[in-house]
Amino acid sequence: MRVNVTVNGEQRQADDVWEGESLLFMLRERLGLPGSKNACEQGECGSCTVYLDDVPVCSCLVAAGQAQDRSVRTVEGLASGDSLDPVQEAFVEAGAVQCGFCTPGLVVAAHDLLERVPSPSDPEIREALAGNLCRCTGYEKIMDAVRLAAGRR
Amino acid sequence: MTTNFGTLTPAELTSAVTGGIGTSPQRPDGNLKVRGEFAYASDLWHEDMIWGATLRSPHPYARITGIDLTEALKTPGVYAVLTHQDVPGRNLYGLEHKDQPVLAVDVVRYQGEPVALVGADHPETANRAMKRIKVTYEVLEPVVDMETATQETPLHPGGNLVRHVPIRRGDQAPKADVVITGRYEVGMQDQAFLGPESGLAVPADDGGVDLYVATQWLHVDRSQVASALGVAEEKVRLTLSGVGGAFGGREDLSMQVHACLLALHTGKPVKMVYNREESFYGHVHRHPAVLHYEHGATADGKLVYVKAKMFLDGGAYASSTPAVVANAATLGVGPYEVDNVTIDCYGVYTNNPPCGAMRGFGAVQAGFAYESQMDKLAEALNMDPVDVRVRNAMTEGSVMPTGQVVDSAAPVAQLLKLVQDKPMPAPMSADLRQLPGGVSNTTHGEGVVRGVGYAVGIKNVCFSEGYDDYSTARVRVQMAGDELTAQVHTAACEVGQGLVTIMQQIVRTELDIEKVTVLPMDTSIGNGGSTSASRQTYVTGGAVKAACAAVKAKLGDRTDIGDEVIDETVEWRHRATEPLDPETGQGNAHVQYGFAAHRAVVDVDTELGLVRVVQLDCAQDVGKALNPQAVVGQIQGGSAQGLGLAVMEEIQTSQGKVRNPSFTDYLIPTVLDMPPMSIDVLELADPHAPYGIRGVGEPPTISSTPAIVAAIRAATGLALTRVPVRPEHLTNT
Repeated sequence: MRVNVTVNGEQRQADDVWEGESLLFMLRERLGLPGSKNACEQGECGSCTVYLDDVPVCSCLVAAGQAQDRSVRTVEGLASGDSLDPVQEAFVEAGAVQCGFCTPGLVVAAHDLLERVPSPSDPEIREALAGNLCRCTGYEKIMDAVRLAAGRR
Repeated sequence: MTTNFGTLTPAELTSAVTGGIGTSPQRPDGNLKVRGEFAYASDLWHEDMIWGATLRSPHPYARITGIDLTEALKTPGVYAVLTHQDVPGRNLYGLEHKDQPVLAVDVVRYQGEPVALVGADHPETANRAMKRIKVTYEVLEPVVDMETATQETPLHPGGNLVRHVPIRRGDQAPKADVVITGRYEVGMQDQAFLGPESGLAVPADDGGVDLYVATQWLHVDRSQVASALGVAEEKVRLTLSGVGGAFGGREDLSMQVHACLLALHTGKPVKMVYNREESFYGHVHRHPAVLHYEHGATADGKLVYVKAKMFLDGGAYASSTPAVVANAATLGVGPYEVDNVTIDCYGVYTNNPPCGAMRGFGAVQAGFAYESQMDKLAEALNMDPVDVRVRNAMTEGSVMPTGQVVDSAAPVAQLLKLVQDKPMPAPMSADLRQLPGGVSNTTHGEGVVRGVGYAVGIKNVCFSEGYDDYSTARVRVQMAGDELTAQVHTAACEVGQGLVTIMQQIVRTELDIEKVTVLPMDTSIGNGGSTSASRQTYVTGGAVKAACAAVKAKLGDRTDIGDEVIDETVEWRHRATEPLDPETGQGNAHVQYGFAAHRAVVDVDTELGLVRVVQLDCAQDVGKALNPQAVVGQIQGGSAQGLGLAVMEEIQTSQGKVRNPSFTDYLIPTVLDMPPMSIDVLELADPHAPYGIRGVGEPPTISSTPAIVAAIRAATGLALTRVPVRPEHLTNT
C-alpha cells in the first residue's frame, strides 16, 4: 500500500508498504529516518518514541497505515538546523549519553514532558520517563539533563 | 550528587590545551547521538541489500534427523537458504575452545541454537521462508543441573567439565572459634544492551567480505569469521559501526559469520538485525551459580579461613567460561586478608543457554556469596557489618589467595568508611510515588520497613593468566591551516563507555594539540584487544599515550611542521601476568585490582514483597579520573546493573527452555526503580598504570547487589540466599 504522511513538517510518501509494517519500520527503512530506535519492538523500551499528532507514541506499536494523513515528528525533527533543542543540548552536557541507543526516545519523552510541565519535580520527571529504558547510565545523568533543560527553557 | 575528587592531581598531568585528561569534555559523538544521526549497526543500509534471518532450535537438546529446504527455497523473494553444508571453512568457533557450530550439524545443545539461514528481500519474507524449513528432531533429555552435570550425559567429547580451578593456600585443616556456612544462588542475568545484534556484510571483488558490525573485539571476530569462511584473514575486513551497549554480551560471535556466509553465497550485501527475543537467544549471559561457603573466624572477628565450592553453569558451549571460573576462584574471598584458603570452582556444560562474559565476570557471583557470609559472620559475633569488614580489609601489600601481593592502593576500609559517612536519606516518604509499588498505589506505608546494607568488592582489571594482552594505536600529526592537528586510529571498540573521548583527551594532553579526530575503528590497524575486563582506558589508553610519545620525539617543540606528516604506530602491553598453578592456584595471575563499596537503603513492603531502593551510594578508587563525568557515569551504570540482579533480573529457564525472552518478562531497572546515587571517587594512583588509572567499569557492579540484599535482610530479618530476590522470597508464599 501507499502511505502519505507529514514527517518533521515535510509531506512524505512511502510505497510498497506491507500491511504488517510498523510506523517505526517505515520511518527507518523507507523514509531514511533511522533516528528512532528498534530495541524491543513491543512497546517496553521507549527507544522508538515519536510524536504522532503531538502525542508521544511508541512507533513500533503503531501500524504504518495508521499514520496516513497524520503528522509525525521524530528525534531528527527537534533541532533547528545546527542548533540543538535545549533538551538535546542538556543530554550531551550532562553526560546523559553513553551508548546513546535509548537517547532518541528519551529526548522525545523529555521534550514532551517539558512542553507539558515546564518545571517538573523529580518524581514527575521519573514518572514521565518511566517508559524509556536505559542500560548504561543508571538514569542519574538523565535526571540531571532534564533538570538542566528545564532550567534553561 | 556529591563527587569527591580526592587526593592526587600530579602537576605533570595538567595540559595547556582545554579538554585534556582530568577534565570532562563532551563526547565527540554526543551531538550525532542526540540528533538521531549516529549510525548504529541496525541503521546501516545498502541500496542493493537483502535481509538475513536465522532459524533456531526450539529444543534445548535434540538430534537433528533431517532438514528439508524445498518449500523454503520456493518462497518468492528468497535468495538463499543455507545449512552447515554451506559453511566452506571450519564449522566450529569459540573464544577459548572451538566447540560451537556456526550452524548445527546433527545435534543441537541449547534452545535457540542456529540451524539454518535465509536471505530474502524483506524481513517478513525471510520469516515466512524460515517457517517452511522442515527440520525433524529427535528430542533428548537435557542436562540442566550444574551441580550434577559432570556425572550426566556428556554433551561434548571431553565430558561436561569445562574447567576446575583449585586454590590451596595456608593450612588446609584450620580451626576457628566461629564457623559460618552458607549456600548461595545467583540467577542468570542478561546484558540487555539496548542495541540489538546487527550488522551489514558486503561481498568484495577479491572474494572477501567487508563487515560493518557492533562488537567488542574486531580482531577476534575477524579471525573467527575468516576461519569459518575458509578465506585468508586479510580478506575479511571489519569496521565498527555504532554499538548500542555491550556489557560482555558482544564478546562472542552472533550474526557475524552468518551475514558473511549469506553475502558470499548470494553476492549481495546482507543486513541482519535481531529482534529482542532473538537477542536473548543470540548472545551469552552471566553464568548462574551455586556457591557453598564456609568462613572461620576468631571470636573478635578476624578471618582464619575461607573454604568454598562453586559451580558456574556455562550452558551448552564454553565461550569464556574458563576465564570466568578463574576469576570466581581467585577473587573468591573478596577484598579481605585470609591466610588459609581452600577453593574449588567448577565451570560446566549443560543444555542451558550458553554463558560467558558479563560485566563483573565471575567476581559478581562470588561477591554475592562472600559478602552475604560477612554479614552472617557479623551477626554471629554481634558485630557491626562495616566493622567486621574493616577488621579484615585488604590493604596495599596484602597477599591474595593466589599468593599474589597487591602492589598498589587497596583502600578497602576507606571506601567502606566513605559510604558509611554519607548522609542518610529522609525518613520514609508520605509521597505514594516514593513507596514500594509506587503509583500502583499498593501501600500508604503500612507493612513497609526500612533497612540499610553494606558491601565491598574486588575485581581484576585487564586480561589475566599470562595472556598476551596488548593494544595498537596510531597517531598522525599534520598542519591544517596554521594549526597542528592530530588523528588517532585504533581497533579498540567504542561501545558507549567513552573511549573516543578519552583518546582525544590523551592526545591533547600529550601533544598540546586541541583538534584531535578519532578515526573509525577497523581491522586495517593492529589488534586493539577486547572492550572488556575494564581494560580499554588502561591498555588502549596506554597505547595512545605511547604513540603520542613516539610522535613527540619527532615533533619536538615545533608548532609548525609545514608539509611534514608525523605518523607513528605503537603496540603497547601492560606488565606480564603468569598462569595459575593447576594444583594450587598460586601465581601472579592478575594485572591490577579495582575496589568499590556500596551502601544501600531500602524500603520493603513485607505484605506484598515489593522492594524500593531508596538510596544507593558508592565509593570507588579509580586511580586517576581521566574523565570525571564518564567515570561517575560508569559507576552509576554499573551500580544500576547490580540493582537489577539484586531485585529483578533473571533469565528463567525450565528444562533448558527460556521462559521470559522479552522486555515484558525480563525486567531491567527503569528510572522509577533507580534511586539517587551519590558517588565518591578516590584517586590513588597505581604506579604501574598509565596516568595511575585503575579500570572503572566493573567494580561497582559487584558490590551493588550484595549491599542491596543486605539492606533487605536488615529490613526483614530474612536469610535471602538467592538473587534476584523475588516477592515470594519476602512473603514466604
